Amino acid sequence: MIVIRNARVLRSDRIEQSTVVIEGDTIQTVGEEPAVNGARVIDADGAWLGPGLVDLHVHFRDPGQTWKEDIETGSRAAAAGGYTAVVAMPNTQPPIDDGERARAVMERATAIGTLDLRAAGCLTRDRAGTEMADFDSMYSAGVRIFSDDGDAVPDAGLLRRIMMYLGDLPGAVVADHAEDRSLAGNGHLHDGVTAARHGIEGLPAVAEDVIVARDLELANATGSRIHVQHVSTANVVGLIRQARERGVKVTAEVTPHHLALEESALESLDPNLKMYPPLRDAEDREALAEALASGLIDAVATDHAPHATAEKDVPFEEAPRGVIGLETSAAVVSSALGRDQALFFDRMSVAPARIAGLDRQGIAVEPGSPANLVLFAPERRWTPGAFASKSQNSPFRGLELTGKVMTTIYEGRISHEDGSG
Amino acid sequence: MSGLLTLRGASRAELEELLDFAQSFVGGSVIHRGGAGGTVTTVFFEPSTRTRLSFEKAAHHLGAHVMSFDAPKSSTAKDESFRDTILTLTAMGTDVFVIRHWLADAAELTAAWSGRPVVNAGVGKREHPTQTLTDALTLRQRFGHLDGLRVAIVGDVGNSRVARGHLAALPTLGVELTLVGPTPFFPAVDPWGVRKSTDLDSELGDMDVIYLLRIQKERGSSAGIPSERGYARRYGMNEERLSMLKPTSVIMHPGPINRGLEIDGVVAEGERSLILEQVANGVPVRMAVLSLALGERR
Repeated sequence: MIVIRNARVLRSDRIEQSTVVIEGDTIQTVGEEPAVNGARVIDADGAWLGPGLVDLHVHFRDPGQTWKEDIETGSRAAAAGGYTAVVAMPNTQPPIDDGERARAVMERATAIGTLDLRAAGCLTRDRAGTEMADFDSMYSAGVRIFSDDGDAVPDAGLLRRIMMYLGDLPGAVVADHAEDRSLAGNGHLHDGVTAARHGIEGLPAVAEDVIVARDLELANATGSRIHVQHVSTANVVGLIRQARERGVKVTAEVTPHHLALEESALESLDPNLKMYPPLRDAEDREALAEALASGLIDAVATDHAPHATAEKDVPFEEAPRGVIGLETSAAVVSSALGRDQALFFDRMSVAPARIAGLDRQGIAVEPGSPANLVLFAPERRWTPGAFASKSQNSPFRGLELTGKVMTTIYEGRISHEDGSG
Repeated sequence: MSGLLTLRGASRAELEELLDFAQSFVGGSVIHRGGAGGTVTTVFFEPSTRTRLSFEKAAHHLGAHVMSFDAPKSSTAKDESFRDTILTLTAMGTDVFVIRHWLADAAELTAAWSGRPVVNAGVGKREHPTQTLTDALTLRQRFGHLDGLRVAIVGDVGNSRVARGHLAALPTLGVELTLVGPTPFFPAVDPWGVRKSTDLDSELGDMDVIYLLRIQKERGSSAGIPSERGYARRYGMNEERLSMLKPTSVIMHPGPINRGLEIDGVVAEGERSLILEQVANGVPVRMAVLSLALGERR
């Protein structure tokens, strides 16, 4: 039995200071003082208690690049960040493009037992962008989100057939990486002021915009569900708004770093600020924050993309793209959302759980709810130093953040506890 | 100063002081042995004739030793070898590095890795500060001042380290820059807030200086234009365009020139051309910069 006292509890219809009792994998009572003989008692000291966080977009690099991350270290990083479920992108080596590979990844996470890991599956066989992946075997293994993340499906005709096919499978979602290769060229950062000043080839916003515009039209034409990954431009926010108004079944995610940082931060050419899509300008960042607050963008997803220090500690133009995010996202997002507890849990847990079809996640704290929970101290200040992730390529390393994950509980067991006292 | 990584952010007074110092080396009237006993190592990851030779000549004039590192011809040499090269040359006894590289952050990285003063001899498409100082000195000699000079930079600004270097420093010295070329040659956004024109002919009568950039086929200039012949027709400096200039106006080019493309041979060798003065001023400018960098050696 775990008893959490003095928490600000996210209930289905209100937030209240209360005591929560967990028995087994279920919440037993809310607001009742139990007999605590033998129970583990946690004094929350006013911290937020809500459903464990859900990340629609992580890279655990496993199989194939386990010097960057593996399922075990990735799971630990996720638990440290307050997550009880993640969706792992399939651009591993080999890529997850059939049911057997998807099942293998998920079974290993189950054996570790600290979070619900769902494999995303490829849209195309071998992520090659030329023919459909084996959707049926992946779907029966439990895969619901399909993406060639890292690459857009270049062939619109193929993507249209994919949308038609996946449209027949209830709960299946097409998630396309929005990057037109011919427009992105050899770009390394947003095609803005900083790129122009340094004379480094830029990634124009329009490289993202044209793919999203194409995909939304295809989703409209086929009636398929579409999830727009890592939105970074104000234009894409506008495209999503229009598509929603037309009844397109579209959801969208934004990363914490795009909510908090702008391309001007790249003046230093720090490789730990290099990712795709790149940090854009102030107008884009403001549009993203507004869209997340209004719900036009449904969810936050970290795009946790580990790279080893030796890979990132190189000249900017030679560094790989991607930053880690699992362990800093709660702080960054709660700050971006003005420390609004209900909004925070909706965008970080409820909405992503709904998009991924996770029935034991994103559920308000009520008697009978699954005990997938996070205790988050929104005012606590800390400075990220060493991460549980195998990689350290965080844009927030060394910056003071406000808001810290104190305890993460997965299926009634504590999967992370803050050790900083 | 710690070598010369960038001119960006330098004040007008600092730039003028540097130009005055460079001027003191012109003509060899002053004997400086400020570099005696020091070692200047030139590290060129890209080919260069005038820049490298003028740095080496400048170092010799100062009494310094010169070590030269020629990168493997292939530009596919990776960062590992770049870093190892710098560490090796540092251990061998380098007092000042002179670096040319295709990477934008190469000079800063060299400084960080070596802990030595580094002189930027052209990095990425970002900056070529000694070229900028050389051109500023040349203009000051010709016009007696820089304030209010109207300079048109014509060509592929987006791919030009020379143009970016000029944009970083010449406006601080009071120069009024106008960028001229077809729109694909301009960066998509403009951090400098300078005037732009796509019509060279309408600018010629107003300019004191027509500064022509090399069409750099090796940097993909040709991707922005349908043909070289078409470019030469719209933007090439020929005798007819020369006649549209004010009588006092001059032609500059950082070299090497593409004859018949951005500049006709007769223009390059004509009396309006300052191209050889630019080359000659490269040595005193680099003497000044190296002298300052060597002054702080271990």
